[in-house]
Amino acid sequence: MRIRTDPERCIGAGRCFLAAPELFDQNDHDGTVVVLVDQVTGDALEGARAAVDDCPTRTLSLTEG
Amino acid sequence: MADPSEMTEHPEPLSYPIRRTCPYALPDGYRELLDRPTPSRIKLPSGKLAWATTRYEDVKAMLGDNRFSSDLRRPGYPLMMDHQVPPPEFSTSLVGMDPPDHTLARRAVAGDFTPRSINRLRPRIQEITDEYVDRLLAGPRPADLIDAFANPVPLLVICELLGVPFADREFFLRTSYILMNAGTPEAGAHATAELMGYMDELVTSKERVPTDDLLGRLAARRGEPGVPDHRDLVGMAFMLLMAGHETIANVVGLSAMLLLERPELRRSLTADPSRWPAAVDELLRYFTIAEIANSRVALEDVEIGGVTIAAGEGVLGLTVAANRDPKRFPDPDAFDIERVDRSLAFGFGAHQCLGQHLARTELEVTLATLFARVPELRLAEPVDALRFKEYHVNYGLHTLPVTW
Repeated sequence: MRIRTDPERCIGAGRCFLAAPELFDQNDHDGTVVVLVDQVTGDALEGARAAVDDCPTRTLSLTEG
Repeated sequence: MADPSEMTEHPEPLSYPIRRTCPYALPDGYRELLDRPTPSRIKLPSGKLAWATTRYEDVKAMLGDNRFSSDLRRPGYPLMMDHQVPPPEFSTSLVGMDPPDHTLARRAVAGDFTPRSINRLRPRIQEITDEYVDRLLAGPRPADLIDAFANPVPLLVICELLGVPFADREFFLRTSYILMNAGTPEAGAHATAELMGYMDELVTSKERVPTDDLLGRLAARRGEPGVPDHRDLVGMAFMLLMAGHETIANVVGLSAMLLLERPELRRSLTADPSRWPAAVDELLRYFTIAEIANSRVALEDVEIGGVTIAAGEGVLGLTVAANRDPKRFPDPDAFDIERVDRSLAFGFGAHQCLGQHLARTELEVTLATLFARVPELRLAEPVDALRFKEYHVNYGLHTLPVTW
């Protein structure tokens, strides 16, 4: 699955970074999301799903492919 | 707009705020709302009605939906009292804004509140905590843990964050204390005016000579998109004080109380401090001390949990109930630090708590340090003799007598 972002929505809450620091980081300047790995499979998928679920502004989503 | 008189199935809407009857169990009023099949109406102190969402998924859906506004001045916004409409000269910086303006304003400060930035504050939080444990141990027994520890530590952390000079900190502590414990509206208004005046001077001094702290950095960035002007920066400094002081003090107090009643859990956390972050998350869920910031007004008709919230109607996300929703948190009244799901203790949506990582870090450092350094700490009074803020906007303990 692929991690998609809608960058205009991001407020830099940092919940994705807490949920899956191996997949997400934050821009130092404004806290907005930096996706480190956009293609996720296996165990990483669990972290990605948790981050999507916990993102307060629905910035993140998972799509096929 | 729907006519409230059409709501016939519950002719007497529950009054809000709902009394917090027990620190550990979900209070009856919340239980009743959570058990209903759909969101229902509650009666605010103003006499007006508002919708209450209580189920985890409903609260999350509502708070995550930008068709609900946080603008406190918009007609229909569910203020507790009508006279709470902020006067035009008062900046509702961040709190009262909606996307896309809010997004820019939030990003202008978000970099200072990321887990990474907050970690840089951790050594200072530790020093402040250690200083107040020293003072506690040097003072009389029994001591009030709220007064001696839970209150001053978060206040000094705010000073650190804002860049309040050391010379002003006694004044800052004293005035904030008066504000939090004001016996009359006049005393509260006087302390508010004094602190606002102080923040104004502080911001002015940072504008003249920018220092390396939140206010100084923002003053130096004036003019960038979303960066607050003078008035908004003063408003933000005051908001950070209000949001970051009593809230943390309340959770520290309640958490200490719970852990003092659970010696085994306390010892296991002291033996393995890597479990503190999980314990803090569960403490935040368990006590969910604040939910009033989850108030919104609908900008258009929106369906939530089987009801239509009409444009112009107010709605509250009652996270006290949502964080005990058994569909999300199995056996919700059990205190269990092994839970994996994070709760809605910091709210959800664009206004999710800006200081959440700071709050978590403060809770971790204060609680871990207190129990590591004072392993013989114990309650000086039984829990059922303690006085709680049962009707307050933020739930907590008035006092927590402890000894060692």
